[in-house]
Amino acid sequence: MSDLVKLTVEGREVEVPKGTMVLEAAKLAGILIPHYCYHPSLPVAGVCRMCLVEIEKQPKLAASCATPVAEGMVVKVQTAPAREARQAVLEFLLINHPLDCPICDQAGECELQDYVFQEGRSATRYDEYAKRFNPVEEFGDDVLYVPNRCILCTRCVRFMEHVAEEAVLNVSERGDRAYIGIDDGHRLNHPWAGNVVDLCPVGSLISKDFLHKARAWDLDKTPSVCTGCTQGCNVTLETRDNTVLRVRPRTNERINRHFICDEGRLGYPWMNRADRLEAPMVRQDGRLVATDWDRAFAAAAKLVGSARSRVALVSPGASNEALAGVAALLNKLEGTGAFRVREGAEAPLAGVPNLALRKERAPNVHGALAVGMSRDWAGVAGRAAGAGLVIALDESLEGVALGSAGLLYLGTVLSDPARAHAAVVLPCCNAAEEEGSFTNRDGIVQPYWQAKAAPGMARPAAWVLSEIAERALAGAAA
Amino acid sequence: MGYPHPPHPKETPVLSKHFGEADARTYGGWVQRGGYKALEQALGMTREQVVDAVKASGLRGRGGAGFPTGLKWSFMPKEVTKPHYLCCNADESEPGTFKDREIMRWTPHALIEGCAIAAYAIGAETTYIYIRGEFTDPWRVMETALAEAYAKGVVGPNAMGKGKRIDMHLHRGAGAYICGEETAMMNSIEGKRGNPRIKPPFPAQSGLFGCPTTINNVETLAAVPHILVNGADWYKAMCLGNPKSTGTKLLSVCGTIARPGNYELTLGFPLKDLLYDLAGGPLRGRRFKAVIPGGSSVPILTAEEADGTVLDYEGCVAAGSMLGSGGVIVMDDSVDMVYQTMRLAAFYAHESCAQCTQCREGTAWTTKILQRILAGQGQARDLDLLLDLADQMTGKTICVLSDSCAAPVVSAIKKFRPEFERYLTNGRRSA
Amino acid sequence: MSGPDAPAHQRTEQLPRVFVGEERKELDAVLAKYPTKQAALLPALWIVQRKHGWVSPEGMAETAEVLDVTAAYVRGVVTFYTMYHQHPVGTHFVQVCTTTPCGVCGAEAVRDAFVKATGSKRLGETSPDGNWTVIEVECLGACGFATPVLVDDDFIESVTPEKVPGIVARYR
Repeated sequence: MSDLVKLTVEGREVEVPKGTMVLEAAKLAGILIPHYCYHPSLPVAGVCRMCLVEIEKQPKLAASCATPVAEGMVVKVQTAPAREARQAVLEFLLINHPLDCPICDQAGECELQDYVFQEGRSATRYDEYAKRFNPVEEFGDDVLYVPNRCILCTRCVRFMEHVAEEAVLNVSERGDRAYIGIDDGHRLNHPWAGNVVDLCPVGSLISKDFLHKARAWDLDKTPSVCTGCTQGCNVTLETRDNTVLRVRPRTNERINRHFICDEGRLGYPWMNRADRLEAPMVRQDGRLVATDWDRAFAAAAKLVGSARSRVALVSPGASNEALAGVAALLNKLEGTGAFRVREGAEAPLAGVPNLALRKERAPNVHGALAVGMSRDWAGVAGRAAGAGLVIALDESLEGVALGSAGLLYLGTVLSDPARAHAAVVLPCCNAAEEEGSFTNRDGIVQPYWQAKAAPGMARPAAWVLSEIAERALAGAAA
Repeated sequence: MGYPHPPHPKETPVLSKHFGEADARTYGGWVQRGGYKALEQALGMTREQVVDAVKASGLRGRGGAGFPTGLKWSFMPKEVTKPHYLCCNADESEPGTFKDREIMRWTPHALIEGCAIAAYAIGAETTYIYIRGEFTDPWRVMETALAEAYAKGVVGPNAMGKGKRIDMHLHRGAGAYICGEETAMMNSIEGKRGNPRIKPPFPAQSGLFGCPTTINNVETLAAVPHILVNGADWYKAMCLGNPKSTGTKLLSVCGTIARPGNYELTLGFPLKDLLYDLAGGPLRGRRFKAVIPGGSSVPILTAEEADGTVLDYEGCVAAGSMLGSGGVIVMDDSVDMVYQTMRLAAFYAHESCAQCTQCREGTAWTTKILQRILAGQGQARDLDLLLDLADQMTGKTICVLSDSCAAPVVSAIKKFRPEFERYLTNGRRSA
Repeated sequence: MSGPDAPAHQRTEQLPRVFVGEERKELDAVLAKYPTKQAALLPALWIVQRKHGWVSPEGMAETAEVLDVTAAYVRGVVTFYTMYHQHPVGTHFVQVCTTTPCGVCGAEAVRDAFVKATGSKRLGETSPDGNWTVIEVECLGACGFATPVLVDDDFIESVTPEKVPGIVARYR
């Protein structure tokens, strides 16, 4: 007996594994059944009653998120009883929901707006009655709760209890007095708490960081990879006017499911720093002087060509492509390239296997290791002073004794050691401004894409290094 | 027994035979009255034999759903691989119903014995008796009786010396009608909010603490010892109407009537006789107007409809209502049907657990519309709106609290529409 | 007021710990009846309410601690069940049923009689002398004995407005 079940949804036949819920089977048939409380990463609640569908031979409408498929089942989503039931749910939800759209951050990406527009009534019959009113609450350092907008889908409660495994949210009271409650002594500051804002289908749980910052429809969205640690969570960078305004998770079942931690979520302001290197510079008469790329490349190639011993001090946040470019410039790889990585406390998302904010707070530690860079910072940096050439890739070099080594500095900002020692300074893009790839702690290589334009004359480090290599090679041949 | 009134000759006192006898509450007094013979007998039978006896008797759940009890027991796994549990539903909160409290406070050992037999039949070693928090008297009586039962070895690690463990615990509710719903009860016992669960899974597969569980009402369990001692045929023969409705039922008569109380009747008994003969008819100078035969969650009958109703499961359905819990609420011509409909809607709005959208918002909205009608500000479309809301609140939710709010509202508007319309036309705004 | 009955942030003295001595033994006996600690929550809250007179924030926090659940979780349960007092109440707590079966038998007059006889200003508000809180409740399951009233743990049946002053006097 096969473990697959065949059923029909809105006339489309689909075959799914036994135990699949009708709502998921419908997705595979290309049909989205409207719903709120259901989420693939949360235990089924079946409370919103939005996903009601008609199933042939069953007298009552069924909640498709909680109904397992059966062989030969015929599911109808758009028949009158099902549509009327969903329309009724929407009307019920709107009787206490305030007309906040003009001031609500969720507008434009709100599932209540979407389904009401699609299937709801054009006018409510709940007129001249008072709506329930409760003041806004600060749940945590970033999360705000607007009780009036809450539709009690309980996604947030279930996330904290079953995925974060820290039940700091509850449903309080009963009936239409119910609201999401929090204990006074325990704020919503769990390292993964920000995900409740994504999960909330409406603008009830919102982020203070994003409060009134931008309209959802003004944002451009670019797929990227989080630069916070070695987990490699997939994210979307959301930009407007060439500024990153918000970071949200991108679904990746293998690496981060539907989630990112708050460090990654809120740690994007550095992508918008204004104090950037905007022009290539070469040292003339003891001072760094801005110049054009050609002259800068020439100086860099000469620097590279004339150095017998070369040392590379790189950032574990650089792309695979840039790191490969650095490796190509070193004569030999052993003991000549190293990185140091900031560490922080590990913060797992308890309910998901192999998902945590990792101790090593850089996205490409493993990419660096893969091209031959080593963790032996002390050893390699100790040899910097005696080397002919030190190549710095997005590394400040604070605390490194540089002696009389020639310094080729590639970076996004000018560090003090670079200002004091660099022979050539080349402005590079940060991870939001280029295409590239990172390798996560499990060895998975993931691409990221360009979300905004780089400032001034900054260019991707990988391109800069390949230009230098080409010229250095040509110079050597000459 | 029509308790607290003297027993009426037309009653069939089985469960209520000893109501009012203080001595019946003690172990000794109960044994004198034939108690615990059934348990002894059951422990000498196989589980299947006990289940079959109850199946054959035709006993149906007396809490309201009327589901065949023996069939429900047979859903439990035959092999015990995880602990099995029995829950006794003593939450009795359905307006109009007050029979389980009498069983507990007059014949606590009857319930203990019924639970013990049921637990044995379904392979459960642990029983929880969920008593609503407000039942302070029944709690005290049950506590004393249970301690006696343990002391006498009737229940405990070696029940009646037959080598079976039968443990029983009282669990106190804390004020929530919805905990009378079987899955909500299980959540409440587990220390959670009393939210009903989605089914599947069904309790017999995965119930209390994830283990196979059966939930039965107090009155249902109290009938079990009688079935064992007197035989399934004896119980089945007690039938005045439809053969699918056998045995006796405690009808809790209340409201505007001369002699309210619990009357034990053979199923199939005419409602008219109960109202006018046994319970003494209307109060002086009044006529009956409306009767709800099965607790507030079933459709309201007019007095004329009640006159033709037979008190069994099928008979009440034929009359357009349900036997439900058997809480017979009687309303005479002094009662404002609109006000009481609002009061019932307010009850459901207060008790809604808040999970399902239709129930959470719909019960409150229904109450508000009715309050506005009563305040003289009803609009012409309000009655149709109430009917439409009731339709969307029926058959769409995890449990039937929402449907239970809709039932009295729909039947009141359908059968007493002129009373509603009087509020609309006399009000300050009409069209 | 800042005595033991005031809300937490106004109190000058701490409420005593609940689960010590006899109450701890009682909790242990309760825990033995269930396979999980969480299942002892409703019984534990009854113990808290008996000792403090209401389910105080300290009581909830202590219960969370002994049962290995979060305080937020406990609060979610407490606010679901209407018999747990979420704030201090009068020395005597009166619950009058007014649902339809009792409603048609004059329950509302009984309710109003209690408010008057206890000197309370209104339903739900503790009387000025602090001795009484009267509330209206849903069906108490004694419909044939209208109107039933709970005064603390005493279940009194067949109450009429005339009987109310006598009942109140018994508790003075």
